[in-house]
Amino acid sequence: MKIAVCIKQVPDTTDVKIDPKTNTLIREGVASITNPFDEYAVEEALLIKEKHGGEVHVISMGPPQAIEVLKNALAVGADKVYLVSDRAFAGADTLATAYTVAKTIQAVVGDVDLVICGKQAIDGDTAQVGPGIATRLGIPQLTYVSKVKEIDPAKKKIVVERLLENGREIVESSLPALLTVVKDINEPRLPSLLGIKKAAKAQIPTLTAKDVGADENRIGLKGSPTWVMRVFSPEARGGGGEVLKGELPEVVPLLVNKLMDTKFIK
Amino acid sequence: MARLIIDKDTCTGCESCIPACPFGALSMKEGIAVVDEKCTFCGACVDVCPVSAITLEKEEKAVTIDISAYKDVWIFIEHESGKVGSVSFELLGEGRKLADAIGCKLCGMLLGDKEAVDKFAREAIAHGAEKVYVMESPLLKEYRTDPYAKAAVDLIRKYKPEIVLFGATTQGRDFAGTVATTIEAGLTADCTGLDIEPETKYLKQTRPAFGGNIMATILDYPNYRPQMSTVRPKVFAMPQRDDSRKGEVLRETLQMTEDQIRTKVVEFIKGAEAVNLADAEIIVSGGRGMGGPENFKVIRELAGVLGAAVGASRAAVDSGWIPYEHQVGQTGRTVRPKIYIACGISGSIQHQAGMKTSDIIVAINKDSEAPIFKIAAYGIVGDLFTVVPMLTQEFKKRLGR
Repeated sequence: MKIAVCIKQVPDTTDVKIDPKTNTLIREGVASITNPFDEYAVEEALLIKEKHGGEVHVISMGPPQAIEVLKNALAVGADKVYLVSDRAFAGADTLATAYTVAKTIQAVVGDVDLVICGKQAIDGDTAQVGPGIATRLGIPQLTYVSKVKEIDPAKKKIVVERLLENGREIVESSLPALLTVVKDINEPRLPSLLGIKKAAKAQIPTLTAKDVGADENRIGLKGSPTWVMRVFSPEARGGGGEVLKGELPEVVPLLVNKLMDTKFIK
Repeated sequence: MARLIIDKDTCTGCESCIPACPFGALSMKEGIAVVDEKCTFCGACVDVCPVSAITLEKEEKAVTIDISAYKDVWIFIEHESGKVGSVSFELLGEGRKLADAIGCKLCGMLLGDKEAVDKFAREAIAHGAEKVYVMESPLLKEYRTDPYAKAAVDLIRKYKPEIVLFGATTQGRDFAGTVATTIEAGLTADCTGLDIEPETKYLKQTRPAFGGNIMATILDYPNYRPQMSTVRPKVFAMPQRDDSRKGEVLRETLQMTEDQIRTKVVEFIKGAEAVNLADAEIIVSGGRGMGGPENFKVIRELAGVLGAAVGASRAAVDSGWIPYEHQVGQTGRTVRPKIYIACGISGSIQHQAGMKTSDIIVAINKDSEAPIFKIAAYGIVGDLFTVVPMLTQEFKKRLGR
């Protein structure tokens, strides 16, 4: 099994705070982490490799410092990692990003059996790049995967469970295919000491738009149909709210009154 | 390529731009602002600079397509298990405003087998569609990416809508990305606000990012049409249903055979819960304060009386007290009920990312300093194991249940 995993470096929102005065994001000292959903993607690739053999190639598109998340992937056991980074990628929306990542997979991995992505990134929250990559590669997509039930590499077949709003769907697909995974799918492993040492020493290949054969008209801002017109802070929620004071036998009926008044309770 | 230019002579080194950058791309060097490679040309810094020292230079793209060929507002009529998703009706309501603003038709795009399209085309018209573009095939009976994407792409290419809106549900988000990539159009995910410029017909799509900590308004370049978005359920009001409305139905047949479809649905296992989080008008959630799996009984009892869904914080899910499908928050589901009752949930920024747009938030927590109280409309400081059963009893009494 040749598996490609796509990961993204995102700001760790655990550290993100809102300035109460200006209501803007305070980013100072905010660490960058691997997008949480992508850690499940890496882990699932490693689990599949352990069961069926093969290689795990991890790709990240981003600025030079995104090399850090690739080192983490190496430390937990990825076979090969690649950074695709170029000033010409800046301003890429999901269409241009999916194009760039698909080109990278074709250039460095070649014929894949499986591509695994996280469900979405926690900074952009679009969930569009996974399906975009599948479409560019011409392979089927299985999104919101909560379990890989069966893989038959010989018959080129995969069966997965997808987590939907009102239940779980069991779907069978031909391989190669692209999966986007949710948190439920596994428990990501921690890196070993040896892995960390190995990753620290590793030279990580950095590829440019030219290296992956990307058409300059389809990348970055130039290849993006959408653009950000304005970025602003959301309206703050009205006031700190009302903490109902008093003894519980009085406070509880008071809250019930207030909620019954909304007419939302039927 | 675009460039962000900071005029060294004008910059006063006031640092206003630094916190405004959502990507942390600006810093100070020798008293003036400098930009690094993390810049995505979003322009957030341009507006905040008090001395207008920052300009964003973008390469003008020549318009090479005939925009006038694109007209009408289309709404994807999503259905599942024999029912139209309520978000599709909400979008017909909002789509009406957009269509009126630019003087075009409001249309439905409906894909399914004969039984589904016959029934749901009428429902779409009753909720405001003037015309319904239908792709009919037994292959479209249940949702699968391949036939649905092919059907939508064929209809869009042939009839050229100006705008196409999808619900930001698992179905809508699964296949809108495929459709947009195939036709190489823009797609803005998970919008919570839509507005249109009547003259240019530019759709202003507003969406939250960074877990709702910032909002961004996105536009499509005129070289790409249709303008497409997925829109979060429960943002827009449900329009009045009127079964006397008349509308036109245009039918096409899907040019595809089963062997061209690469996936097969083996089974659907319906969730054990009576009410699911996405559809729920009311959600009762439990967090770290629950202390154990058996204690979710008190949450379930209150939810049962209110006809509510049961939610949970990441802490409760990661402790193994309740399955993942109940998790609300950044790595779980994003919900927007009318009432969200948070019990024993402190309200971390990640949890808030999944629920802070709920209409009314109620917080029940022992710790009066818990951040959840900052966003709650009503709060009770107290032990949830005392307060929640009291609430259940009181609601039972009022509702006669």
